[in-house]
Amino acid sequence: MQRIQHDETDLSHDPDEPSPFAPQTPEDVEAMLSATGADSVEELFDVPEAVTFRGDFDIEAKSEYEVRSEIEGLLGRNADRTEFLGRGHYDHYVPSVVDYLSLRSEFLTSYTQYQPETSQGFLQALFEFQSMIVELTGLDVANCSMYDAATALGEAATLAARVRETSGSRVLVPETIRSERRSVLENHADGAELTVETYPLDAGNTDLEALSGLIDEDVVMVYAESPTARGAIEEKLSAIATLSDDHEAAFCLGSDPVALAVLKEPAAVGADIVIGDASVLGLSASYGMGLGLFAVKEAYLRQVPGRLVGTSETADGRRAYTLTLQTREQHIRKERATSNICTNQAWVALRTAIHIASLGATGLAALAEESLTQAAEAAARLDDVDGASAPVDDRHHFREFVARTERPATEVVDELADRGFLVHELGEFEIQVCVTETNSDAVDDLVAAVREVLV
Amino acid sequence: MNYRQASWDRKTDNSEEVNEPLLSEKRTQTVTYDVDLPDELVRDELTLPEPAEPEVASHYTRLSQMTYSVEHGPYPLGSCTMKYNPKFIEDVAALENGAIHPDRPDEYAQGTLAVLYGLQNYLAEIGGMETATLQPPAGAAGEFTGLLVARAYHRSNGEDGERREVIVPSSAHGTNFASAAMAGYDVVELPSDEDGRVPVDALEEAVYDSTAALMLTNPNTVGVFERDIEEIAEIVHDAGGLLYYDGANLNALLGRARPGDMGFDIMHYNVHKTFASPHGGGGPGAGPIGVVEELTEFLPDPHVRETEDGSFEFYEPAESIGKVHGFHGNWLVLLKTYAYISRLGDGGLKDTSAMAVLNANYLASQIDLDIPYGPFHHEFVASAGDVDAAEFAKGMLDEGVHPPTTKWPEIVDEALMTEPTEALSKDQLDVLAAAFAATDRKTTEELSETPTTTAAARIDQLSAARNPRLSWRDVEGHDE
Repeated sequence: MQRIQHDETDLSHDPDEPSPFAPQTPEDVEAMLSATGADSVEELFDVPEAVTFRGDFDIEAKSEYEVRSEIEGLLGRNADRTEFLGRGHYDHYVPSVVDYLSLRSEFLTSYTQYQPETSQGFLQALFEFQSMIVELTGLDVANCSMYDAATALGEAATLAARVRETSGSRVLVPETIRSERRSVLENHADGAELTVETYPLDAGNTDLEALSGLIDEDVVMVYAESPTARGAIEEKLSAIATLSDDHEAAFCLGSDPVALAVLKEPAAVGADIVIGDASVLGLSASYGMGLGLFAVKEAYLRQVPGRLVGTSETADGRRAYTLTLQTREQHIRKERATSNICTNQAWVALRTAIHIASLGATGLAALAEESLTQAAEAAARLDDVDGASAPVDDRHHFREFVARTERPATEVVDELADRGFLVHELGEFEIQVCVTETNSDAVDDLVAAVREVLV
Repeated sequence: MNYRQASWDRKTDNSEEVNEPLLSEKRTQTVTYDVDLPDELVRDELTLPEPAEPEVASHYTRLSQMTYSVEHGPYPLGSCTMKYNPKFIEDVAALENGAIHPDRPDEYAQGTLAVLYGLQNYLAEIGGMETATLQPPAGAAGEFTGLLVARAYHRSNGEDGERREVIVPSSAHGTNFASAAMAGYDVVELPSDEDGRVPVDALEEAVYDSTAALMLTNPNTVGVFERDIEEIAEIVHDAGGLLYYDGANLNALLGRARPGDMGFDIMHYNVHKTFASPHGGGGPGAGPIGVVEELTEFLPDPHVRETEDGSFEFYEPAESIGKVHGFHGNWLVLLKTYAYISRLGDGGLKDTSAMAVLNANYLASQIDLDIPYGPFHHEFVASAGDVDAAEFAKGMLDEGVHPPTTKWPEIVDEALMTEPTEALSKDQLDVLAAAFAATDRKTTEELSETPTTTAAARIDQLSAARNPRLSWRDVEGHDE
């Protein structure tokens, strides 16, 4: 097919560079223009001359091959290192079946399911995703995604303020929370006129005494993490829940779906809200792309942010799925909506659901058990190295743990990087190490490198 | 057109005929634990589906076949910009070196930083802005970020307490209102003029020293260009407010006009619309924001810059608002955007807006419904007249196409907001026009019996809301 040869006087086109993704032939353009009564495409633009752009961006069009080569070259500048990085974001192996199914055009190139009759498949997949999160958390309601754990936490805080019968303005978070997650929370809190304060931990567990000294009737939400950003499993969740309850504060727990496969259900320890990042299943590390998990108890249903898929019936009485309770959402409720979220992470939720389905209950539990044993084994092995002790916190750990080093952590981290391994630098003499099945083969080499560095 | 969507009718053991059964209705497994943890930390059991891989593949393939997509046919959702998504961008996103951990130190992530820096510059050029932050994970998140930047700017001028209001036209996207409220602002709604534009005299009255910002899209939601944009910008700026550009309609202006040149101070880009990253059934997208020079110090932390030796580094802008995403936003979407823009170049970008506008105007010329506002650019809002627009939409489904966005914006009665994008051929536009005509010929009675060609017949959405059943625990007859 002959591509368009544009009239050089027509500023809307460059004769040599048509869009490869616009299928109009020159004959089409002519016929279409004639139907509109315009002589040129230029005429169809109602842009005043003063704000018309006649410059160039200086972006050169490239062939598909050239673009791929360029980007491959650029990304090749990411140094080849074995990552033992975690702190809330993890690299688990994603089975091939996840890619092959989720990349089907029907899933990848569809839109939000505003016409449910023609979107049953995606709606059912999202309903199943919600159901899996309900099973894992034990809570009654899960939405079908937020952006990531940090934004989900921000939404949790504003939800907690809305559902409270009396006003309040304080949110309490653990001192070990990632600074980035806290910063996102503060941006959400600011608009809702809430302030964020931290409570201390004691050897990796919540310092209950300190927390009870901080909590009062002005606290709308208490947030805790298990596993924490240091990888420790929090042992006092029920007590935190009781303390929150006594002050009418919502108790929000941060976790992830792999850990939840073995840990006590959040509902059973008294959580009112669960947030977390579910991309841990379904996506590789992907430079921090996320999937915000968000689940609440039934009483908060009408205040949930984001989309919900429910079942209904068709006119002929069969089960069907549809977006529901949309009067909470921004496109209907505008400034009184529970959130501004519109585009969410639906496709990542689909990938997570496929990943969970392909693991099954047995596979997910096995992955969780591995996350416990691999962390414990790696910590024990580092503990054997002269000049290192691990884990610093005398707790059970999930995937990751903190180690103390006799040399300053900055030097240790730099020298490990020179030897090919990336670990987190925490305190002056603390590093953090995360083990999953994607780097467990390299633990031997990491331990050997630490030994060399600490000599 | 004989398109009929696949449906998978299967009898389950314990219920009536349903479409593809839930995974949990096929097989579940309950697991108990023997792990090295104190009992009180461990759950008693976990029940989840336990399909074998062939069952997983079959299940999701069937679900996909019950889902309408861009590659099935026209998907003319106004303001959503559903266009073809080039396949090669998926391969680019799958490159192994792109899948690194977000906590990597800068020196070991130079490739990723180079792409981010390149995209910052591309977007700044395209928007006529100084630079762009790539952190917001969606358009609405971009709006929220932009308003936080506006608020930080007013705070730095000692004016945060005074500037409490954000002005939003009545026809604006619902996200504008919600984002302003989330950022702690009061929303002042501005009615539309009889020609669908912002009335300058009403704006003059609404703007005063309490105005933090005016949020506007251009072309606006009826597809009409705000011709008075320079005057509007002057009014807002004279009062000390900022002008915010909602990028939802940027596809209409690519390479033709730039928000920065029109006087906008902050803008967001819906890269999944304008630059075609797949919508993925509702996301992920990405919503970078561009700002003029005097706002760059307020951008989210971190931002990327080039150092003297040509390497790239993250830094925290001096008066940064902090973070709006736990890490660096939706990286894979940003990578796809970079690839898409690189593929098109100047000419392709300009051709995109040209063909999008031509397609919308041609399609409108081929349908008989009333289109109250014009001249429009890439989208138009037709009125279904006496017919309920939602009913009209169900009728269109039976013509084998996806219907337009319905009942919005509210300034058009029974609105059918239509955006064909540049990616539809003339033949497909003719199919779409025929679908409009065929639906228009149907009686109310006939429409009430549609759709019949979709995987599911008409769904009772009211009862879904009255009696929410949101997980398989709530499904009647479901075997737990």
